Amino acid sequence: MILDLKNLKLRSVNEKLQNIDRKKNKRDFVISNPEGNHAICAGLTENIDVTIKGHVGYYCAGMNQNANIVVDGNVGTGVAENMMSGKVHVKGNASQSAGATAHGGILIIDGDASSRCGISMKGIDIIVKGSVGHMSAFMAQSGNLVVCGDAGEALGDSLYETDIYVKGKVKSLGADCEEKKMSKKHKTKLKELLKKAGSNIKPEQFKRYGSARKLYNFNIDNVSNY
Amino acid sequence: MCGIVGIYLKSKKFEKSLGGMLSKMLVSMESRGPDSAGFAIYKSDKNKIYKYSICLNDMSFEKFKKEMKKKVKLTNIEKNSDHVILKSVETPNKILPILEDFSIISLVGYGKSIEIFKQVGKPSNVVKKFNLDNFSGTHAIGHTRMATESAITTDGSHPYSTGEDECLVHNGSLSNHNNLRRKLKKNGSKFSSDNDTEVAAGYISDSLKKRNLKQTLNKGLSDLDGFYTFIAGTHSGFAVLRDEIACKPAVIAETKDYVAISSEFQAMAHLPNVNNAKIFEPEPGIVYSWGK
Repeated sequence: MILDLKNLKLRSVNEKLQNIDRKKNKRDFVISNPEGNHAICAGLTENIDVTIKGHVGYYCAGMNQNANIVVDGNVGTGVAENMMSGKVHVKGNASQSAGATAHGGILIIDGDASSRCGISMKGIDIIVKGSVGHMSAFMAQSGNLVVCGDAGEALGDSLYETDIYVKGKVKSLGADCEEKKMSKKHKTKLKELLKKAGSNIKPEQFKRYGSARKLYNFNIDNVSNY
Repeated sequence: MCGIVGIYLKSKKFEKSLGGMLSKMLVSMESRGPDSAGFAIYKSDKNKIYKYSICLNDMSFEKFKKEMKKKVKLTNIEKNSDHVILKSVETPNKILPILEDFSIISLVGYGKSIEIFKQVGKPSNVVKKFNLDNFSGTHAIGHTRMATESAITTDGSHPYSTGEDECLVHNGSLSNHNNLRRKLKKNGSKFSSDNDTEVAAGYISDSLKKRNLKQTLNKGLSDLDGFYTFIAGTHSGFAVLRDEIACKPAVIAETKDYVAISSEFQAMAHLPNVNNAKIFEPEPGIVYSWGK
């Protein structure tokens, strides 16, 4: 079913996709003429396929649960923000804060993502085939961030337990982020993630970064500071 | 918030439709800035005539025209809503002090190619009021304002022009503008508002006496403290700069015919062939410029 945003109001399109009639077997949707609108496909809860033909604005596919959303274009700030489950695939570039605070699901970005990619991520897997900007994975708590290109300044600043894999150069690491050993377990996980993103790059070409665990763990030596 | 937009034409193809293109961009950025709007439009400057863009405020056009005719040799004077474009071969050195003597009017810009119009109200009303759709030109810059640090007035509206054929629009806020204003005033700069962006415009004008636009903006990275995406225009083109933290958005679309920049992609969605354009975000702390 084609939903043309030239003729339909954004709100009615989102309402339609948020209230899928389970008895009817319509599970395939195409949104045409998105023209940079914000919050397209926000708050979807059902296992449906939506392809957006064109560039979109902010918070596309925010809070997604179960839906499989493909954006055939670029996305603005906060794509898949707070996603819980499902899959979001961006064929172009993403603006800042891609996958911010997301708890689950998978976000694949074929192009670059700008600053703060995966900020405060809480379990999502993010695979960026290009590069990411500064402060990516800032305060990231769990999940995986895979970057096939380069990473900007202060990668993984104030990091908790997210695993970050970068193939290219890292401009600088943030506070409490350090390079970690790539064990077999990590290689297997990375291989699986790359496969999901349709990439056949070898896991051996990546370096893993994680938390040095000095910032957030209670340390008896610091007790007088509390 | 605030919305900023700009178009630089690489070919002559869209010169006649420049006003219409910019108009739609401004209207779609109304959600980012409903308080006031303004635009600077550049036309080719082959002749030696100066154009002075003036907001009449409460002065009557007839009275202003009469008084100006007494004082200077005018080539042309044209009213557009509450603004006037005054054309004269006389240099700014002579005209600016005369205009300053009228306490009621505001000079919003001057130069050989720039024309500036700005006013309070919704962007959709402002562009209608000045008939932006009918303008042609080589490049143009616009702004929709959501006022934060200073009042909603014509003087508080963007673009700011503090030098010949120069203008600046800004999304963001500066925190060291008071200090910087004092310093610039000591060097002879004049300001007409308490607005932070006017200080940045004055800073750029002051620096352009010694440097080119790219060097000026690079120096601005260390001298201007705050959040910003700037578009700075000159007679030949414009430059874009985002602060290094990059809190304020910007997206650029480039085709063989034009370069467009705006706060959000939706402002450019109507531009010709935009879906085949090269679309990218300007990287923080890097100066991008088009034209000379």
